[in-house]
Amino acid sequence: MTPDSALQLQKLGYECLIETGAGSAAGFTDAAYEEAGVTVVKTPAALWKEADIVAKVRQPNDTELKRLTKGKTLISFFNPGGNEKGMEAAKAKGANVIAMEMVPRISRAQKMDALSSMANIAGYRAVIEAGNNYGRFFTGQITAAGKVPPAKVLVVGAGVAGLAAIGAAVSLGAIVYAFDVRPEVAEQVESMGAEFVYLDFEEEQQDGAATGGYAAVSSPEFREAQLAKFREIAPDMDIVITTALIPNRPAPKLWLEDMVQAMKRGSVIVDLAAERGGNVEGTVADDKVVTDNGVTIIGYTDFPSRMASQASTLYATNIRHMMTDLTPEKDGQINHDMEDDVIRGATVTYEGDITFPPPPPKVQAIAAQKKPEVKELTPEEKRAAEVAAFKAQTKQQVTLLAVGAALLLGVGLVAPASFMQHFIVFVLAVFVGFQVIWNVSHSLHTPLMAVTNAISSIIILGAVMQIGSGSFLVILLAALSVFMAGINIFGGFLVTRRMLAMFQKS
Amino acid sequence: MEFGFTTAAYVVAAVLFILSLGGLSGQESAKRAVWYGIVGMALAVFATLIGPGAGLWWLSVPLIAAGGIIGYQLASKVEMTQMPELVAGMHALVGLAAVFVGYNAHFEIGNAAVAVAAGGDAVKDLGNFGQLLAKKSSVELGILLVELSLGVWIGAVTFTGSIIAYGKLSGKVTSKATKLPGGHMLNAAAAAISLLCLIWYLNTGGIVPLLILTAAALFIGYHLIMGIGGADMPVVVSMLNSYSGWAAAAIGFSLGNDLLIVVGALVGSSGAILSYIMCKAMNRSFISVILGGFGGTTGPAMEVEGEQIAIEADGVAQALDEADSVIIIPGYGMAVAQAQQNVAELTRRLRAKGKNVRFAIHPVAGRLPGHMNVLLAEAKVPYDIVMEMDEINEDFPDTDVAIVIGSNDIVNPAAQEDPNSPIAGMPVLECWKAKQVFVSKRGQGTGYSGIENPLFFKENTRMFYGDAKDSIAKLLTMID
Repeated sequence: MTPDSALQLQKLGYECLIETGAGSAAGFTDAAYEEAGVTVVKTPAALWKEADIVAKVRQPNDTELKRLTKGKTLISFFNPGGNEKGMEAAKAKGANVIAMEMVPRISRAQKMDALSSMANIAGYRAVIEAGNNYGRFFTGQITAAGKVPPAKVLVVGAGVAGLAAIGAAVSLGAIVYAFDVRPEVAEQVESMGAEFVYLDFEEEQQDGAATGGYAAVSSPEFREAQLAKFREIAPDMDIVITTALIPNRPAPKLWLEDMVQAMKRGSVIVDLAAERGGNVEGTVADDKVVTDNGVTIIGYTDFPSRMASQASTLYATNIRHMMTDLTPEKDGQINHDMEDDVIRGATVTYEGDITFPPPPPKVQAIAAQKKPEVKELTPEEKRAAEVAAFKAQTKQQVTLLAVGAALLLGVGLVAPASFMQHFIVFVLAVFVGFQVIWNVSHSLHTPLMAVTNAISSIIILGAVMQIGSGSFLVILLAALSVFMAGINIFGGFLVTRRMLAMFQKS
Repeated sequence: MEFGFTTAAYVVAAVLFILSLGGLSGQESAKRAVWYGIVGMALAVFATLIGPGAGLWWLSVPLIAAGGIIGYQLASKVEMTQMPELVAGMHALVGLAAVFVGYNAHFEIGNAAVAVAAGGDAVKDLGNFGQLLAKKSSVELGILLVELSLGVWIGAVTFTGSIIAYGKLSGKVTSKATKLPGGHMLNAAAAAISLLCLIWYLNTGGIVPLLILTAAALFIGYHLIMGIGGADMPVVVSMLNSYSGWAAAAIGFSLGNDLLIVVGALVGSSGAILSYIMCKAMNRSFISVILGGFGGTTGPAMEVEGEQIAIEADGVAQALDEADSVIIIPGYGMAVAQAQQNVAELTRRLRAKGKNVRFAIHPVAGRLPGHMNVLLAEAKVPYDIVMEMDEINEDFPDTDVAIVIGSNDIVNPAAQEDPNSPIAGMPVLECWKAKQVFVSKRGQGTGYSGIENPLFFKENTRMFYGDAKDSIAKLLTMID
């Protein structure tokens, strides 16, 4: 919780409490919290007793689990896959636990996806750490003191962390290459300003959407092709950042001993997968090692903590979004809706039951693999298509004309001459009408309707001619017609004038 | 001599009418074109009044004047947003006039027959039209009867159809597609009855079949338009426009008046082309619009995933402040909220800051062809920044902000993405390709056609809830 997010939480109707000194590492003082209307509580024990909903970062320890009671809600990272004991404890206490790492990866839930927030920080920080340990500039320069080549950075795994690393490295001026087993992310990589490393390998790629947007295990052949490619480019790379992770598996080994050996002295490798065993052979988790040939391998696992203020802000916002979804009524009452995909997915224990693992979400919302694009036509094909279209058009026109002429002749055979006289006028008028109206500008369709409406009251002529007749009924009907048509003539033309007068050029 | 003069005047009038319609190809020439139309009409009426056959000047002229006064009142008072209703209502008048004139022709035929039988001076006592009738052979009379009943029939359909269209557009009749039990079978039955009556009428020449035919036509007009939903109104109005023209042409045949035929044909084809353009813009066949409702879908519509994210005026103001290019997409909602003045003011302010602001108009936006253009023109938005769909659709990817004001189906990406959507294949404005989209909308409901719009759930879309007029006004206070 940050002072900002506390204000937002209060808008949802909640009262906020915080442990004393909780924000000091991230640069938020107790005074700042108090100013935002947060009650600062002296001890963790008191805080746990007081609060109905407890939000924290790290997996709760045994003491904290003991403090859970029935009806309390805990929101934190929980590692449910490897924390059987913790779940049992929470279940026994009857508390509801929401594990932030279990928030499903659908677009609606992105705003509470703490893993993405943390990965973003890790990616950025990885570049900073690499820069810290790399003895040269990132950007190429030509100075009075000589030419400096730009650093070449390879990012393996273009997930959230990978993309963040690409962004940071590119903006520092390095030449960035990126690789991912999912070819569909090439577009994202290129949009960040890096070059995607393609393999010469044909394989039916799994649809990223089928695995919930995460990478899947690849075939041995594919892995070989991948390693060969890495081996080929390793000597050129100054900085390598690996972020490859496959859900619920140890990190794949992608940067082998011989590749590390092939790199230049002074190069830096940052292994963001160190916590799960590392992508690089020789990574030591939570430590920095320098190999015999002078390559620095960084295996820190606490990147978010190294940027405490940023991490707190993002995590607090994630938590606040989670709270917003939990409180649809904004009345300070939690509504733990197990029908909601996001809340259901993240909940690991609920009212004395273990609800992990969750069922698959009802809707898949990750873009399916792109369908092959429509091939661009060559000029010849275009020309051919145009000619064909022209021919078809000619054919259509000729057919229409032929049918029309035949019909006309047919009518002429049976109808008397006096009728034909009028009929020809009619056909010609229709023809002229079609020719003229096609040219009417789209924006003038309303005036066109108004003006045609006005001139369709030409029917007044018929009425005027009949009004001179002897019979009373005829005069009455004709008079009514004249009257109505009169309204129409004046109304129609005036409205058209009014409308047209409004059209003006800038 | 007089007869010759009338014919000459008719030719000039016909040319003027054609020029009048042709002149609508551009905004500037259109202003001249209306005058052509007015002069043509004045000439035609004048020539008829002094021409042979017309009597009772003392009755005709005051009636025209009285009609003129009412027409003037109507035309000067009407709000631009009510234009669709006005046009629809006026079609009803033309339709009814056509019915009356058709009946008169019927009575005249009766009178003429009596006079011919009486022989001698009786024929001379008839009006000019009667004398014309008296000379006709029986085949010509038969054709005359067909023309006459056709004119009456189309006129009657136009009359009730236009009244219902008027009611739907002004909200007096529910805009939903409603049908009596039996649906289109009823229409088909009424059409069959009309046909039978026509044959009956041809054989007997009595008034009873003509009355039944009129009643059937009135019913068809009513039922046909009741069965068409509000979103299809642009097609309906232009279709009725077309009908009123054909009715005039049919009456022209029966009266033997070439100017009526020419003008009727011009109006008829104009309406037909407009209907065709509207249908094409909705990717639907004319038949499916006339038969009402949307065609059957082939499967369940795509699930819409995500949520509608709301935004307040300050967020929109900030985004507009940062944007270089803005495209505004108005729809019927803007007309309903009367927001065009505020939108125009917003446009002026943004343009004063050197931003590229344009409007994208979908062919079926609003309830009348070209409805939005008229509203924007009323609010003094220069017409050279108001673009058609085809002109502007490619520019969306380079646009910073797209603002959707009260339109829904015309910006629905489902038309392109979901083959099962009822509007699949309809050309739409691809506003979601802009960097950011703001949708000004009253609430979360679906639009007129009841189709869910995935645009509202897109990641770059923010919902700016509230009445369009108030929302834009709020926005104006933050942009100077």
